[in-house]
Amino acid sequence: MKLLLGNDLKTGAVVWWTGRDWSLHVEDAMDVGEHGETIARAEEAACRVAGAAVIDAEPGEAGPRPAHIKDRIRALGPTVRPDLTLKPADPSVGSWVI
Amino acid sequence: MADALRYRTDAPADEPAVTLDAFLDQADAASVRIEAGDDVRHLLPHLARVKLVEIDFPRFRDGRGYSSARILREAGYTGEIKATGDVLVDQLLFMRRCGFDSFAPEAPITPAAAERALSAYPYVYQHAADDAVPVWKLRHG
Amino acid sequence: MYRYDQYDQAIVDARVEEFRDQTARRIAGELTEDQFKPLRLKNGLYLQLHAYMLRVAIPYGTLDSRQMRMLAEIARKYDRGYGHFTTRQNIQYNWIKLEQAPDILADLATVEMHAIQTSGESVRNISADQYAGATADEIADPRPWAELLRQVTTFMPEFSYLPRKFKFAITAADSDRAAIRWHDCGLRLVRNEAGEDGFEVYAGGGMGRTPMIAPLIRSFLPADQLFGYVQAILRVWNRHARRDNIHKQRMKILVHELGAEEFTRQVEEEFAGFEARDVDPPRAEYDRIAAYFAPPPFETGLPDEIDRSDPDFALWLDRQVAPHKAPGYAIANISLKPVGGIPGDISAEQMEVVADLAERYSFDELRATHAQNLVLPHVRKADLYAVWQALDAAGLADVNLDLVSDIIACPGLDYCSLANARSIPLAQKISTRFADIDRQRDLGELKIKISGCINACGHHHAGHIGILGVDRKGTENYQLLLGGSGAEDVSAAKITGPGFDEDGVVDAIEKTLDAYVRLRDPGERFLDTYRRIGVEPFKEAIYG
Repeated sequence: MKLLLGNDLKTGAVVWWTGRDWSLHVEDAMDVGEHGETIARAEEAACRVAGAAVIDAEPGEAGPRPAHIKDRIRALGPTVRPDLTLKPADPSVGSWVI
Repeated sequence: MADALRYRTDAPADEPAVTLDAFLDQADAASVRIEAGDDVRHLLPHLARVKLVEIDFPRFRDGRGYSSARILREAGYTGEIKATGDVLVDQLLFMRRCGFDSFAPEAPITPAAAERALSAYPYVYQHAADDAVPVWKLRHG
Repeated sequence: MYRYDQYDQAIVDARVEEFRDQTARRIAGELTEDQFKPLRLKNGLYLQLHAYMLRVAIPYGTLDSRQMRMLAEIARKYDRGYGHFTTRQNIQYNWIKLEQAPDILADLATVEMHAIQTSGESVRNISADQYAGATADEIADPRPWAELLRQVTTFMPEFSYLPRKFKFAITAADSDRAAIRWHDCGLRLVRNEAGEDGFEVYAGGGMGRTPMIAPLIRSFLPADQLFGYVQAILRVWNRHARRDNIHKQRMKILVHELGAEEFTRQVEEEFAGFEARDVDPPRAEYDRIAAYFAPPPFETGLPDEIDRSDPDFALWLDRQVAPHKAPGYAIANISLKPVGGIPGDISAEQMEVVADLAERYSFDELRATHAQNLVLPHVRKADLYAVWQALDAAGLADVNLDLVSDIIACPGLDYCSLANARSIPLAQKISTRFADIDRQRDLGELKIKISGCINACGHHHAGHIGILGVDRKGTENYQLLLGGSGAEDVSAAKITGPGFDEDGVVDAIEKTLDAYVRLRDPGERFLDTYRRIGVEPFKEAIYG
C-alpha cells in the first residue's frame, strides 16, 4: 500500500494523510493508491504541509507499517529518546521500528 | 517579461543584447548578454563601447553572475548591468551591492517589495560595488 | 570575549525582522518551499525527520554564561528541554516550530547570538581551537581574526549563492585541535622571523563523499591581507566550480581537478587585484576587536598544587584537565559523553549548571568543542575540586576525554533526513561495551567518529576508528574505517572491508582493539600501532 506523509508547515510535525485530512498517527493513514502525488501537490500548494512524499507500507492489524526504517522512525520519533516519541509508555514500539 | 526595476536615470539601451560570442564578433554591438558560464573578463577590453550588460540567472541558486557584475565594476564599467532570469526579491540587495542597477525578473517584483528588501539592513560589513560604507569604516572614520 | 556594538546589533536585529517577514510570506503562501528553503537554511532552519531543526551559531566556539542561559531558556520554551552540540561547535534544537522560529532568533539577538549562515550555500560558522586564549602552545589568540572574518564574511554580496557550503577553521597552536586541513579553508596563525603575524593557508579540504586533506597554498599570508585573500579564494571557486552536480561543487573538487598549483596561481592572480583595491579593514579594526580578547585578569602567585586525596576527583583531574598558559590556572574539559548517553546532548538544567560554573570560576567564559564537549577555559587550580563536585552533581563529570567512549556521532537516522543509518545507538553500545574506566585508560587515546551517511557530519574519515552508516537494502549497515586523524598528524581513514550490522561493528571494534593491545609497542597509541603495522593484522583479527 502507499501512504502520504509530510511535515505540518507551521509546526513541522510529521503528519499522515487520512483521506480527508492530516493526522499525527500513522494508524490513521489511508492507502492513497495512485493519487498520492496529486494530493501531495495540492496540499503543498494550500500551504498545509511541506515535504509531502509517497511511501510504501504494509497493512497490519494495528494499522499500516511503513516499509522503510526511516519512515517508521518518522512515524514514532527518535529511537534513542523513547520519552519523546508518540508512544512513550509502550515498550513494544522498539521492535515495531527496527 | 515583467516591467524592469531600474535604478538609473539615463536612457535605457535601445538594442537587444547579443551573446558574448556575437558581441565579440560585431564591432558595433553595445548590448551584451552574459550567461552564467561565460567568462565576463573577455568583455573587459571592449568596455568603452558597452552600454548594457545583461547577466542571466538560470536558477536563483547559481551565484556566478554576482562575480561577473563585481568584475565589471572593478574594471571601471559604469554602464547598465541588468539581472535577468530567476531573480527573487530576497536577492536584490546582494545584487545591488554587486553593481546591478536594473532587474528584469521572470516573476514580477513590485517596486514596494523591492524597496523593502533593499532597505532591510542599516549597515554592511564590507566594501562592495555600491557606495555603502562598511561598519569598520564607520567605527574608525 | 567580543561584544556587539550598535552596528553589529542593528545588523542582527535587521536579520531577525527580515526572517520574520520571510516566514510570514511562506506561511501565507507567497513563497514556495523551493524558494523559502535557501532563505530558512541561511538562518540555520532545516526541515528534519520529526520537525524543524534550528542550528545556532557559536562563533569560534566561544560563549558566556548569559548566552548559555539563553540557550537553556530556548530549549525549555521552544523545544523539549535539551540541545545538541555539533561538530562545528554549534548547538542545534530538534523540535522547532516554523511559526516560532522568528521569536527564537529575536531572543538570541538579545544575547548577541544568531543562526546566520549556519546552513545553506554560504560561509559557515568559523570554527577554532577550543583552547584558544588559554593554551600555552599558541603564538597568539586567533579569535580576533576569527571574529574579523566572521564579520566580513557575513552577508557577502558576491558570495551569497556559493556553489556549496564553505567552512573555515582557525588555530594558532602547534597542536591542531580544530582539524584545519579537513576544512575548505584552514588557517594557522604563525609569526615570521621579523615578528610579523601571518597565516599558513590551506585550501580545498573536506570530508563527505570525496574526502580531501587540504594542501598548503600559502605559507605566509600577512595577517592584515586576510580578507582580500579570502575573497580571492571564494571568487575563483564561485566562478569556476561546477554547478551541474551537487556532489562535485565543493571547493575541494575544484582544487583537486585544477591541482593545488594551478588553483593557487589563479587565487594569487585574483588576490593581486583585491590587494590593489585595498579591501581589508584597517589595523585599527583588528586592534578594536583584539581588545575584547585581552587575557582576563589572571591572579598571580596562585599555588600549582592540587589536593588529590579524593580518588574520583584525581581520576577526573588526570583526564579532563589540560595545562593553562597562566600559572595556577587550568583548562577543564566537560564531557558530554556519558556511558550509554547521546554524544553532545545536554539538558537545559545542565546548561545552567555549566553557565553558573563559567560565571563563578572561569571568567564567564565557555567553549564548545568540535568533539561535542564543553570547556571551562580559565579555572584556578584551587577551584577545580569545587568545579568537579558541581559537575558530578549534574551528571557532567564523566572521565573520558579522547578515550574510547568519547565518541563523536552525528544525529543520524534518529533525527536527520539525510541519514541512512542511526549513529547514536551505536555510540551508546560502544560506550557501554567499553565502560570500564581502567580498560579505557589502558586503551589510551582513541578517537571514534560515527557518521550516519556519507556526508560525514560525524567526521568518520578523521577517526582513529571511523564508522559510516549505510543503507543496505533497507537495513542499517556499518562500514568500519581505520587510521584517520583530524590532528596535526592528519590522515584519512580507510575502509577495512565488508560492513556489519550494529552489534557486528561493536564486536569488530573490540577485535580491533584486542589486536592493538596484543601488537602495540610500549607507549604507542592505537593510531601509532596502526601506522606502524598497517591494516592487515587488524583485518585478520576482524574478518579472519
